[in-house]
Amino acid sequence: MKFLVSVLLTAYLGYAIGVYTHLPWWSFAITSLLIALAIRQTMFSSFIAGFLGMFLLWFVLALIKDSANQHILSQRVATLFPLGGSSMLLILITGLVGGLVSGFAALTGYQFSKSAKAILSINLE
Amino acid sequence: MRFVYLSFSLFITVALIWALNTRWSTGSSKTPRLGYFLSPQQGFWQNAESVSADFNQEIKSPELKGKVDVYVDGRMVPHVFAENDFDAYFVQGFLHAKFRLWQMEFQTHAAAGRISEVIGKVGLDNDRFFRRLGMVYGAEQAMAATDMDTAMKLSVNAYAAGVNAYIRSLQPEQIPFEYKLLDYQPESWTPLKTYLFLMYMAYDLSGADANMDLQMTNAKNYFGWDNFKQLYPNLQDSLDPIIPRGTAYSKAALIPKTPSDAPDRYYSRNDTSVQKASAYNPVSMPTPDPGNGSNNWAVSGTKTKSKAPILCNDPHLALNLPSLWFEMQISTPSHNTYGASFPGAPAVVIGFNDSIAWGVTNAGRDVMDLYNVRFKDELKKEYLMNGNWILAEQRQEVIQVRDGANLSEVVPITQYGPVLYDKDFNKPDARGLTLAVKWTANTANAGIKAFYLLNRAKNYNDYLAAIRNWTCPGQNFVFASKTGDIAIRQQGSFVARWKHQGDFVMPGTDSVYQWQGMIPMEENPAIKNPVRGFVSSANQKVTDSTYPYYLGAAHHFPLYRGIAVNKKLSALENITPDDMMKMQTNNYNVFAEMARPVLMKYIDKNGLTPSEKKFLALLETWNLKGDPQEKGATIFRCIWDSLEVAVWGDELAGSKLNLPNPDSYTLLERMLRGTADFMADDITTKGKTETIQDDVMTAYRKACKALEVMEQNGTLEWAKSKDTYIRHLLRIPALSRLHLPIGGGEDMINATKSNHGPGWRMVVHLTAETEAYCVYSGGQSGNPGSVYFDTFVNAWAEGTYYKALFLKKETATSNDQVKWRITFANN
Repeated sequence: MKFLVSVLLTAYLGYAIGVYTHLPWWSFAITSLLIALAIRQTMFSSFIAGFLGMFLLWFVLALIKDSANQHILSQRVATLFPLGGSSMLLILITGLVGGLVSGFAALTGYQFSKSAKAILSINLE
Repeated sequence: MRFVYLSFSLFITVALIWALNTRWSTGSSKTPRLGYFLSPQQGFWQNAESVSADFNQEIKSPELKGKVDVYVDGRMVPHVFAENDFDAYFVQGFLHAKFRLWQMEFQTHAAAGRISEVIGKVGLDNDRFFRRLGMVYGAEQAMAATDMDTAMKLSVNAYAAGVNAYIRSLQPEQIPFEYKLLDYQPESWTPLKTYLFLMYMAYDLSGADANMDLQMTNAKNYFGWDNFKQLYPNLQDSLDPIIPRGTAYSKAALIPKTPSDAPDRYYSRNDTSVQKASAYNPVSMPTPDPGNGSNNWAVSGTKTKSKAPILCNDPHLALNLPSLWFEMQISTPSHNTYGASFPGAPAVVIGFNDSIAWGVTNAGRDVMDLYNVRFKDELKKEYLMNGNWILAEQRQEVIQVRDGANLSEVVPITQYGPVLYDKDFNKPDARGLTLAVKWTANTANAGIKAFYLLNRAKNYNDYLAAIRNWTCPGQNFVFASKTGDIAIRQQGSFVARWKHQGDFVMPGTDSVYQWQGMIPMEENPAIKNPVRGFVSSANQKVTDSTYPYYLGAAHHFPLYRGIAVNKKLSALENITPDDMMKMQTNNYNVFAEMARPVLMKYIDKNGLTPSEKKFLALLETWNLKGDPQEKGATIFRCIWDSLEVAVWGDELAGSKLNLPNPDSYTLLERMLRGTADFMADDITTKGKTETIQDDVMTAYRKACKALEVMEQNGTLEWAKSKDTYIRHLLRIPALSRLHLPIGGGEDMINATKSNHGPGWRMVVHLTAETEAYCVYSGGQSGNPGSVYFDTFVNAWAEGTYYKALFLKKETATSNDQVKWRITFANN
């Protein structure tokens, strides 16, 4: 349940901050980090939840754009890069880029929470 | 330990973001910032336009004076109905920007010598060349001259305001695809940019002599004057001029005086000491395509089925995506005009209105000269003129280089114009000389007014009054009206030259070599309603030798398309628009018609190998057309090209400098006259003197070897060997249209070459209800992510046309071809 909430919240906040297109494209790293900080999970689950949230968001957003566009632009870009003109490969890479940044940001969030706990427990002693 | 983990994951995250937010070098170009580029909310996915996108829109802009309705048809052609000029051009600017913003900015950056700001130091040679050519200086002069005219200033400013209104409306994620790819931002549009764009067109159509005059000078020095005249003659036996032979011309009002020392000091001087290439770092600079040209013609009612005139125009320029052209209709209470516009400039450039139609082809006249100037010292502040030192104006040029240091240089401006070549900017052909360029485009040029007035012209007199404003590049303006008039006039500001003035680099220290005056505009060659029932031009020489002014060296004027056009038009009667479309896309090769018999005469059929016999049979039975599937067209081209190499190649190879190839007509006309043994001898073979017959056989055998390879590769068919493509302005194949199945080529009316050709084709039938057909080699949208990016390319390649929707305001709302409506209002 916690995991699912993390994934959905990562995607939701990643989308919400992405609406503000004057901000840098990587602004979702902050929201993903905060979510991992707020929702305690194992290290592995935090990373995967962060990864999946943005992977799915970017994958689905690209997929929607691409199908409405009937692959016109994705085929051109996938030839330019070069990915053999494969739209699907380009969409996967798009998801992967969002996912990786978000996953590592979440991991950092997890480590922050652990470190904060460590600091707190030192102080308590 | 915790802090180690934390630092580690933080480091990975930051490093990842940094890597994905960095442009990585790949050879001469750089990748986009990958994270940004791929971000679906910011990057290129935002440019993936839905194929069923809705283009209805309501736009509010306080700058507007009234309400403007734009009806957009299914081909994405906007039909603008405004209440006044300001609103009309404001909306045109807005729409040009909406569909073509990146292209408009990129082209004017190139013209202004600012491309290094976008692509880095690889753009420097381009930028220095255009600045030294005086492009910005010329645009400033043109703007100052045009601003004197209130209506023009208003139009250009309204256009700029419209472009800027669009730019301001853009959200960061909505900027065009290419900005994201190259990672930069659009800047504000200025009226000067319109003039920069027009300067670019002037360069493209009249700037070849920045290079050709150097090469011709070197050829003259290398071959000597007598041989030069044989190789690059001014005589064209088969010329069919724009103004028919036999037309009488009045005596020249201005007779330029040839300097007394011109033969010794200038043209016939054989300066053999200059065969050394210069020691300076050669720069690579752009040069206009020598094929830049066009066809236009108008047939009078006496030759058409409907008894109404028909006007046709197809300009031949580089084939690019996004296209140079944007199709639209602009209507106000004072005019109603349809046609091709230039994204970057207000009004319609080639088109028609309720009363008339017009079109243009390039005149090709020599309006650019190079002068060899002498500066007192390296500071280049004073130059010699008639024995006195004269101060040169100093123009500071600062070129911003992306990811690099600015390049700052001073360009001296002499009384001829800016110094184009000197020790700091040179190439082997310029031999280290200091050369100033004199060019009519650099002098105050308010030519844009010609188009403004043509858009509103109602009759022949209006047309004359409109085109009087046109100065550079020289154009052949063809005209037809609903009242039945047809006309053509070569219009521009042309130098009254003494024979050979400006054919070569001229002495620049003595005022007698300067231009002595311009030909009075009334004396520009023109014809109205000729007996033959048609007027036409295809970049050939405008008149025969009875015209009292020197027209410039003949290499400026292609010969054969004009013959093809006139032959066709003479033969046709009861002409319909359909006949005209067939004619514009006609692939018959007049040059081959003349050349094939003389080639056949010299090919000795004895002793040919089986494959050589096979190609000969294909050539003999070829229908002389450059249709896509014709093998004969490829065989002919191959043989002719290798013949030119066999005849001239050995002599040209002796020069260390680039020399121009003699024109094809020079060799053909010599063969027809029976004087082709001149230079036929292969100077690399000792003790043997080859004749033209030997050369033809050598060329034939060599061509057959190449043809065998082509046959094996399956590229013997003309369309495959020619391989036409339409290239994205950034030269990225993935954004271009490659391998188009289209015929045509050099010396054919359908002048479609590999990356060059009749991008815009238009046929206007001036019946009571105007009937017009057009097509161009692109699409209305400049967005590679739009279905409208290359909509017309297939139709264009097939040679089919669209019937233009010349919309009436009253019936616009109920017209079923109108798909969307964009309204503009000020509140």
